[in-house]
Amino acid sequence: MMRTKQSPKGLLLAAVALAVMAAVPLHAQDDPFAAPAAVVEETTAVLTDAAGDVAVVATEAVAVVAPEEPAEEPTPVEAFWSGKEAEQAIFTVNNLWICLAAALVFLMHLGFSALESGLTQSKNTTNVLFKNVFIICMGLLAYAAYGFNAMYPGDNWIIPGWFAMGTPIANGFTESDAIVANLTSEYNAGYTIWGDFIFQAMFAATAATIISGAVAERIKLGSFMLAATIIVAFAYPISGSWEWGGGWLSEDFIDFAGSSLVHAFGGYAALAAVLVLGPRAGKYVGGKIKPILGHSMPLATIGMFMLFLGWFGFNGGSVLSADPVLVSLVFVTTALAGAAGGLAAAFTSWIVLKKPDLSMALNGMLAGLVGITAGADSIAPWPAVLVGAISGTIVVFSVLMFDRLKIDDPVGAISVHGICGNWGTIAVGIFGAGVLSTQIIGTVAISAFAFIFSLVTFGVIKAIFGLRVSPEEEELGLDIGEHGQEAYPDFVANK
Amino acid sequence: MKKIEAIIKPFKLEEVKDALADLGIEGMTVSEVKGFGRQKGHTEIYRGSEYTVDFLPKIKIEVVIADDLAEKATGAIVKAAKTGKIGDGKVFISPVEEAIRIRTDETGDKAV
Repeated sequence: MMRTKQSPKGLLLAAVALAVMAAVPLHAQDDPFAAPAAVVEETTAVLTDAAGDVAVVATEAVAVVAPEEPAEEPTPVEAFWSGKEAEQAIFTVNNLWICLAAALVFLMHLGFSALESGLTQSKNTTNVLFKNVFIICMGLLAYAAYGFNAMYPGDNWIIPGWFAMGTPIANGFTESDAIVANLTSEYNAGYTIWGDFIFQAMFAATAATIISGAVAERIKLGSFMLAATIIVAFAYPISGSWEWGGGWLSEDFIDFAGSSLVHAFGGYAALAAVLVLGPRAGKYVGGKIKPILGHSMPLATIGMFMLFLGWFGFNGGSVLSADPVLVSLVFVTTALAGAAGGLAAAFTSWIVLKKPDLSMALNGMLAGLVGITAGADSIAPWPAVLVGAISGTIVVFSVLMFDRLKIDDPVGAISVHGICGNWGTIAVGIFGAGVLSTQIIGTVAISAFAFIFSLVTFGVIKAIFGLRVSPEEEELGLDIGEHGQEAYPDFVANK
Repeated sequence: MKKIEAIIKPFKLEEVKDALADLGIEGMTVSEVKGFGRQKGHTEIYRGSEYTVDFLPKIKIEVVIADDLAEKATGAIVKAAKTGKIGDGKVFISPVEEAIRIRTDETGDKAV
């Protein structure tokens, strides 16, 4: 999801592939701006419609007079305004894909809600759902008010490459220049600033959602809301700016869609939160691990499938254009890694724990997806299977390890997002386009930043407001204690 | 009148109900209950940690019937609920002092 300044490469690739599909020459791609002298050329824009039929859209004679000085390549915005319908169509398709991908990432919040509900007890379901509702609402607004411009500061750094202050996104433009002004050329001019914003905004809330699962069933609602807001609004854009905003990591470090910037960030913030908060009552009694059962495996499974579906937008949209080759490659690597992660976790649990554990298989699929997220565009399909399979294996042992360490994570978020986020980032240095040492430095830096920021945030909130509900409330359930409302009022649930 | 309380395996409910209906018994009360006897519980596993389930799900049927039907009914329940394996359940029979049908105020055998 690194946005390159003025890079029309994806657009050109998209156009080239389009031309190949149509099996006709695409004269519109001849660059008239680069012509050395005055030329008059026949321009034929060819588009492929939904049925795959070739339609000649426009044939026009374009006179281009070479300017005094050598002209630069046109930006996608200039290309859009050049009046060529093919250029406009490509811009429109790119922008539409970003918006659709944003909608798919939004769906992941339904996935997180269902997964977290299913893997926790029925007496806390209203609380779990409430937190997830709050996070997406808060996340979008905080990102609009502060985060977006702090993560993508352009040249407005306070500490160059490390920190920028956020500002609210622009409110609007005059009627006449609305479309012109909406086309951003700050990082990647391939789509409108609105498409850009909404796609990034959907990502931002994910970090808090990851924490939500790990601290479920015992955290005070108000304290969680405060901590989540601080982390999403201020911390996430800082480490995000290091890489995607053009900061100190952006030169050589590769994190395509956020194995580190989104997932490891959330996972390590969650780890710090759990360390400050402590385990659920009754989880570790007399040196023994007493499992606290999730109340609905169907809900957890639905959540995983929703997340998998959303991941096509999360990774696919991170191509930042509708480039046919890259988008479809990313779909393939994403799906294969998720599948491999699911199988690997299922068989690992079958061998190590003697039974095929469904909740581990669900964690494994997500672990595979998290693992491939950093290199979904640069790792080939079969290495992607390997990356996913290793993720799925790691996640089982990681869940067991954290349980032994009495770090109580009801949904396995620290293992899935934190540990496998690290692994996925490092894997780009092994199987993808990255350099191993740089990948390690990057993922460690981001994880450490998230961990320390979260540790301080939750520590301070614990000192001032308290972090845990009372033992009585934890026993009775947070649904009654925090909300005075049960998730399942019509029948006696197994509490 | 006698009250028959039968604790049976859940999947035997249909067979027991049909066996009682064949005897002309027109009503019963059924509850989902949990418990254990000699069968004890069993071990399950969740995310790598084993735990013991002591109380197993059972069905409790309560029927109140006239004295002369009690023996046949008990026999029918035992026959229908039997699998021969541990955990088939138990039947308890106790005397009932009085029964009243709320709608009609009928009492005794006519009420059950």
